[in-house]
Amino acid sequence: MTDLHTRSLTELAAGLKSGDFSSVELTQSLLDRVAKHDETLNAFVTVTGDQALAAAAKADADRAAGNVGVLNGLPIIHKDIFCTQGVKTTCGSKMLDNFISPYDATIVERMAAAGAVVLGKANMDEFAMGSSNETSYFGPVRNPWDLERSPGGSSGGSAAAVAARLAPAATATDTGGSIRQPAALTNTLGIKPTYGRVSRYGMIAFASSLDQAGVITRTAEDAAQLLGVMAGFDERDSTCLDQPVPDYVAELGNSIKGLKVGVVRQHFDEGLDADCGVKVKEAIAALDSLGAKAVEIDMPNIDLSVPTYYVVAPAECSSNLSRFDGVRFGHRAENPEDLHDLYCRSRGEGFGDEVKRRIMTGTYVLSAGYYDAYYLKAQQVRHLIADDFKRAFEEVDVIAGPTTPTPAFKLGDKVDDPITMYLNDIYTIGANLGGFPALSVPCGFVDDLPIGLHLVGHHFDESALLRCAYAYQQVTDWHMACPEDFK
Amino acid sequence: MSWEVVIGLEIHAQLATKSKIFSGASTAYGAEPNTQACLVDLGYPGVLPVLNKEVVHMAAMFGLSVNATVAQRSVFARKNYFYPDLPKGYQISQYELPIVEHGELFITDADGNEKRIGITRAHLEEDAGKSIHEGLDKSSGIDLNRAGTPLLEIVSEPDIRSAKEAVAYMRKIHTIVRYLGISDGNMQEGSFRCDANVSVRPEGQTEFGTRAEIKNLNSFRFVEKAINFEVERQIDLIEDGGEVVQETRLYDSDKDETRSMRSKEEANDYRYFPDPDLLPVEITADYIEAVRAELPELPDAKQQRFVQEYDVKKDDAAILTISRPVADYFEAAVQATEASAQLVANWVVGDLSGALNKDGLEIGDSRISAEALAGLLTRIHDHTISGKIAKQVFEAMWAGEGSADDVIEAKGLKQITDSSAIEAVVDKVIEANPGQVAEYRAGKDKLIGFFVGQVMKETKGQANPGQVNQILKSKLSG
Repeated sequence: MTDLHTRSLTELAAGLKSGDFSSVELTQSLLDRVAKHDETLNAFVTVTGDQALAAAAKADADRAAGNVGVLNGLPIIHKDIFCTQGVKTTCGSKMLDNFISPYDATIVERMAAAGAVVLGKANMDEFAMGSSNETSYFGPVRNPWDLERSPGGSSGGSAAAVAARLAPAATATDTGGSIRQPAALTNTLGIKPTYGRVSRYGMIAFASSLDQAGVITRTAEDAAQLLGVMAGFDERDSTCLDQPVPDYVAELGNSIKGLKVGVVRQHFDEGLDADCGVKVKEAIAALDSLGAKAVEIDMPNIDLSVPTYYVVAPAECSSNLSRFDGVRFGHRAENPEDLHDLYCRSRGEGFGDEVKRRIMTGTYVLSAGYYDAYYLKAQQVRHLIADDFKRAFEEVDVIAGPTTPTPAFKLGDKVDDPITMYLNDIYTIGANLGGFPALSVPCGFVDDLPIGLHLVGHHFDESALLRCAYAYQQVTDWHMACPEDFK
Repeated sequence: MSWEVVIGLEIHAQLATKSKIFSGASTAYGAEPNTQACLVDLGYPGVLPVLNKEVVHMAAMFGLSVNATVAQRSVFARKNYFYPDLPKGYQISQYELPIVEHGELFITDADGNEKRIGITRAHLEEDAGKSIHEGLDKSSGIDLNRAGTPLLEIVSEPDIRSAKEAVAYMRKIHTIVRYLGISDGNMQEGSFRCDANVSVRPEGQTEFGTRAEIKNLNSFRFVEKAINFEVERQIDLIEDGGEVVQETRLYDSDKDETRSMRSKEEANDYRYFPDPDLLPVEITADYIEAVRAELPELPDAKQQRFVQEYDVKKDDAAILTISRPVADYFEAAVQATEASAQLVANWVVGDLSGALNKDGLEIGDSRISAEALAGLLTRIHDHTISGKIAKQVFEAMWAGEGSADDVIEAKGLKQITDSSAIEAVVDKVIEANPGQVAEYRAGKDKLIGFFVGQVMKETKGQANPGQVNQILKSKLSG
């Protein structure tokens, strides 16, 4: 069976169920692909081949014993931001190059309990700070659609691996667009759930009030399946909300007829590549033809998203990353002269430039005398932006637009210009600031490079997004397109 | 020049929860270093704090006990600074919106008047771990057992005007938190400690002088001594033409002096901001009322009740209500005897306290139970024994020789109340001392004491003194 890698998670589940192949066979075939392709892609920080095969064997035994979790025997990849017990968890940083986590993140635990097999840990921007995967201590990930280009970030490894058919799905995290932007740039589907829908316990924090775990797949159905396993209350995360989790898979089939789709006027201005704009509008028209109803809406404060984000996120990260001090875990400078030297050199050597830039920005905006002008002001604007969304959701069910302003850019192109790099997340950041669920689904190609349609839903209404994406994927085949070298 | 002293205290009371404020690790004192610190306490990557609800309840109890506002919405903030005993690089505390604000309590000042001390706020926070330098060569150890232990920081207004008032205020808070059972108040173990902000100003001046903060005072005695030293230091400094600088100082109890730790310029910018890992603490008015309904009787109210209900002297009532176990002991004894409550008070404040102190015992470990003491006092009340004999019985009871009745029986200490028996002894004494009898009858009344002494000696102190007096007087006059 040589085509296992082309199948979706749902198809693989069916194959395992009918006994067409075992989890060990499936896992081995994907590990073989990882071995063959990852030297080129650099999508993995760690490949956990032995553990994966052992887990696959156990899944097969469980199946034989009639003990079948919903993800039984299905191979996935975890972004290296999730703590995995006994396995190196680096967060893309030299700081944690030596860190073996003593515990599992909640989502890692839940997916393992459902029978998932973990092939390894995906490469990412350092501490999830970046939009191109170039800030990773382990080197940039390459986009399978053009190896000279970035797959986006920070979940670049997760997206590239799924796009290149090294795994049917990968977990990911999104603070300002880190799931959706790489999904758009690699022709995969990425969903960032509502803030508080998925536990953050064991997910190394970047900006706590914005971070949310999600998943990258190729189909809406697979995303629905995985989200159902990950989502739900966790008493170990105080910000995780105790809300019932719907059966996302069951709800996929519900028609989108009559669904109102808001199209944000501000998202189609001069910042957007014209060809991308055309493709996105075609996708919205397709939703329209499926029975949804597109209406134009205004979000007057949405343009403030990027500057607001770049105050709030660095402020939180400057505090969140204080624990990396060389004392208890992680990188520690050799022969420190004293405590101050231990701190300065451990952090100076352990963190990369982008992380340092954000720690310094964050420290500044929280400083006495600047707090009101920056942090407090940004929090106020954040409320205004969230209010824009809330007002919109009084009119519409989902908001649609482009995920990114352009298709994938070349590695090295923006790395020295942080401001341009930051603008990559201009359409995605708003959802994080307001805690709304959002999704990117492949919607075509511009110059042979994939782009995505961005959908934002109301709080806890991931279902509407998944239904739209599912309906769209029933009438389009963009998501079936596979990069030539990875067929 | 005459100087006025201005003091504000920040008291840290460790809350008596079983587990830590944001993790499930135990708060028990004295374990091997780092055995009571879980991943949350260690600040591991990816872990998150979850608030222990018990601390909210405790803080609300405290707030209501000092007539404060308990906030229906309070917010945890991060106080950012680097230190090895602070694993996350920030302390979770409350900053802009504390759970308790605008409280007060009353102390007795030097003139014996009641004095109000305002309580600005009380907020919840986590304790840090501690650095260990002793016994380590060229390095320091970190013990994170204490990291994450819940603290209630109680901040007073600058209403305190002397070291003595500071101690009185601190004792009052100490009594309250122990009454409420929200802190064990153990000062040796650091469960109850304070920082003192001290300044001086010329009498009559309205602006405050520059203050120094003395950190980490962990006994009432040190609070008094440190403040007194600091006040003198500041006055000397100003009178010599110098200026007090705003700084943090440490009290060295060996040398009885304070010395500079760090100046304002070296102070951290803590970059406080609301902790995004924790939701605001929201409690309802009903919750607060339910806490109020459960509050135990507080020391001031109890003291007043003892005076009114039992007719106990005010000073004794104050001593009896310093701790709840003492007050409970007193009340249990009062209930179990027909003797007057004042008699019970005298014995609890006097002989019992003395015996406890001598053996270094708390009242809960008393060798004589409240009921047993009541048994003894009943025998004084019903004239079975005299107060003097009672002391002897008490000692025997303390030594474990049984109940008051057992001891009285075994030692034959029962008071002689049989008039004919006493008359016989009186007759014998009169007969044996004809000279003194003559003198007495000639008008030397004072000699009555001599005769009483003789009778008591003959009866080994067991004769009822009232009866002895009466019989002697009638026989001598006859």
